[in-house]
Amino acid sequence: MQDSFSYFFNQLISGISLGFVYGLIAIGYTMVYGIVGMINFAHGEIFMIGAFVALIAFFIMDAIGIGWVPVAIVAMLLLSMVINAAYGWTLERVAYRPLRGSTRLAPLITAIGMSIFLQNYVQLLQGARPRPLRPLIPGGIELWTVKTPDNTDYTVQISYMELMIIVITVVLMAAFTYVITRTPLGRAQRACEQDQKMAALLGINVNGTIAATFVLAAVLAAVAGLIYTLRYGSIDFFIGFLAGVKAFTAAVLGGIGSLPGAMLGGVLIGLIETFFAGYAERGSEYKDVAVFMVLVVVLIFRPTGLLGKPDIEKV
Amino acid sequence: MTTDARPLDYGAMAKEAGLTAFVVLMLTIVLVGFELRDVPGALALFTRFPDVLAACLIAFFGRIAVILLREGYRGAVVVGAGAAALLLLIGLLPETLFGTATAREYAEAYMPFSAPVVRWCVFAAAVFLAVRAALARRSVRADAKSREAAADRAGATVQHVARYAGPLLGLCAVALPVALGHDQQAMSVAILVMTYIMLGWGLNIVVGLAGLLDLGYVAFYAVGAYTFALLATTEGIEWSFWVCLPLAGLFAGLAGVLLGFPVLRLRGDYLAIVTLGFGEIVRVVLQNWYGFTNGANGISGIPRPTLLGLSWEEEAPEGQMAFWQWFSKNFWEVQYSATHEKIFLFYIILGLALVVNWFALRARRMPIGRAWEALREDEIACRSLGINPTNTKLTAFGVGAMFGGFAGSFFATSQGFVSPESFVFIESAIILAIVVLGGFGSQLGVVLAALLLIGLPEAFREVKDFRMLAFGLAMVGIMLWRPAGLLAHREPTVRLNAPGKGKTP
Repeated sequence: MQDSFSYFFNQLISGISLGFVYGLIAIGYTMVYGIVGMINFAHGEIFMIGAFVALIAFFIMDAIGIGWVPVAIVAMLLLSMVINAAYGWTLERVAYRPLRGSTRLAPLITAIGMSIFLQNYVQLLQGARPRPLRPLIPGGIELWTVKTPDNTDYTVQISYMELMIIVITVVLMAAFTYVITRTPLGRAQRACEQDQKMAALLGINVNGTIAATFVLAAVLAAVAGLIYTLRYGSIDFFIGFLAGVKAFTAAVLGGIGSLPGAMLGGVLIGLIETFFAGYAERGSEYKDVAVFMVLVVVLIFRPTGLLGKPDIEKV
Repeated sequence: MTTDARPLDYGAMAKEAGLTAFVVLMLTIVLVGFELRDVPGALALFTRFPDVLAACLIAFFGRIAVILLREGYRGAVVVGAGAAALLLLIGLLPETLFGTATAREYAEAYMPFSAPVVRWCVFAAAVFLAVRAALARRSVRADAKSREAAADRAGATVQHVARYAGPLLGLCAVALPVALGHDQQAMSVAILVMTYIMLGWGLNIVVGLAGLLDLGYVAFYAVGAYTFALLATTEGIEWSFWVCLPLAGLFAGLAGVLLGFPVLRLRGDYLAIVTLGFGEIVRVVLQNWYGFTNGANGISGIPRPTLLGLSWEEEAPEGQMAFWQWFSKNFWEVQYSATHEKIFLFYIILGLALVVNWFALRARRMPIGRAWEALREDEIACRSLGINPTNTKLTAFGVGAMFGGFAGSFFATSQGFVSPESFVFIESAIILAIVVLGGFGSQLGVVLAALLLIGLPEAFREVKDFRMLAFGLAMVGIMLWRPAGLLAHREPTVRLNAPGKGKTP
């Protein structure tokens, strides 16, 4: 038996790293929703593609003889970012841009269509069976040792994998925050979010900015895909749906349109899911129900989310 | 040929086509270029670079053709695309028909991709380009507005014709079992399409009339199906289909009201996500509550409906009579056939669907239906006129859910088996796609979209690997082509000037 605090601590760490995956996807939802006001339903699929590219990248590195794990991981990260950027851009160009300014439902339907298409595209090209990846980073840092009642030592440790996930996410979030708050691209993006027509009048390339938003969202989803691949060690073509819906839940929970909110919502959803699975009776079967219940409750009592701005209906 | 051609900027053209090819390269290099395949004990990496090259070349030349078309060089495109189509055709046609064995051998060297379906698609694209160029059509973008207007006029015409075409189509549906004879496979497809038409009409009340975006419609379908399945198979209850049908509708409607009550205050997109979440909750609960729903194994042995106590089995159970025995006794001699039951099921679902259709058409003339439509158009104006938005939406939601429940119990009885697998999100998406593609609120549009989306893929079962892929593409394609739906035409139900006067402007 391990003592209850170590169990709690393990759940906490695993909840946070899962939450980072959701948070990184949620940022994509929130950014796109903020700038074009639509749910990019295919974003979960972009994440799934990122995961697949990362997995294939590892095998490519292996095949050309670069088996050293740090290099392999960097290559996986870069390749999946680049490829995902192309997918994000194409998605916007093909499925959403022609419908800008049409009915609100039209892009949602193309998004669902794209999501179905991408799922089956990956299934056809890479097979339907789950694809495994061996744990790349074994071991961890021992934090402390506790004596359990039956007098054996139990070591509480944080694995290198989780440490790396947290470091990658934090570093990328810092870079991302810099892009949004300090660069011309970020300024253009925030301007388009407020008023596209005005932004266009002031010489901002609105189409380009929106495309860049999709690319940024897809790049972050690629990171989430890599983390997911490393963390679970097994992916299939269907992982995008549930992760996407949960990440959207996270975005709504944090307040859609708010970037820190998306990350906060992601971590909260990750924690709720992990703790529900870890503590509730038969929790692992019903953890998805718990997540959606949270969504419903939040929307009823605080429709703007935790960090969202109240939005005033105008006639 | 090049009367309206503009001078070409070759550099710009190469840049544009090159960019397209580059993007396609990025899209395909990893996912198409490499394949992870199971070999005993591990995963192995295989390459498919020729496919990547083919995709890039097709993208490059396709883009050039589109540019030429845009700049007015129709002749060049006709020749180029036509030649490409011809070359592809040699490789596609069976030797006996057209190509000689040697021609085939040469063709094998340049044919792109390995799957025949994909080759046919490339061929179709080339033919499309050539035909497009041959017909004197201007560029796509230039007349998007007039195209939209033409589509709207077509929608209006259809709506006008619908008054006569609707009943005619209904008659066709009634006569369908006669025409299809005893083709059991075809009847199954007809039942399936009819089920989706009914679901589409049911959801149309929620999405088309009331403007509420529901992504979890399948949850109510599931509630209806499980209501009947549980009532019919539980020891000691074992009620028949006809008793359970209203109950299934009632429970599904109740579920709709219960869900709707807290969430209907939310605006469009949020509502969509909450209903999606609700759909998932229902599925997860059905899957994990072994004691009640038998979990992922589902419920089997659900009885078939009877016709006034007449069974459709060959050997009727104790105290009942089989339909064919009864028919032979009272009318003329018939042999037992399994298709009788299919035909009966078809008429049940046709009747149910027509009830939904009738309700939707009548509701538009009633205060509640008008309130739904008004709410869809402008919620704030409705509120200021004293319409209670929440209650009005709730009725639409509940009524739509009830019809979903009816369809669900029919589904359970026609399949004889239900499991959570039948109620996944994709079903909701398909039903919503039927409604939206058909054109909101258009009853005929739903029929058309259901035939397109459900009937066509069923007809092409052989290429079933590509079925969902094509389904997704079709959803995107139709939406881009007709953003308002196939038969979209929104005419106000009430006009200020006297009815009968004045035509649609």
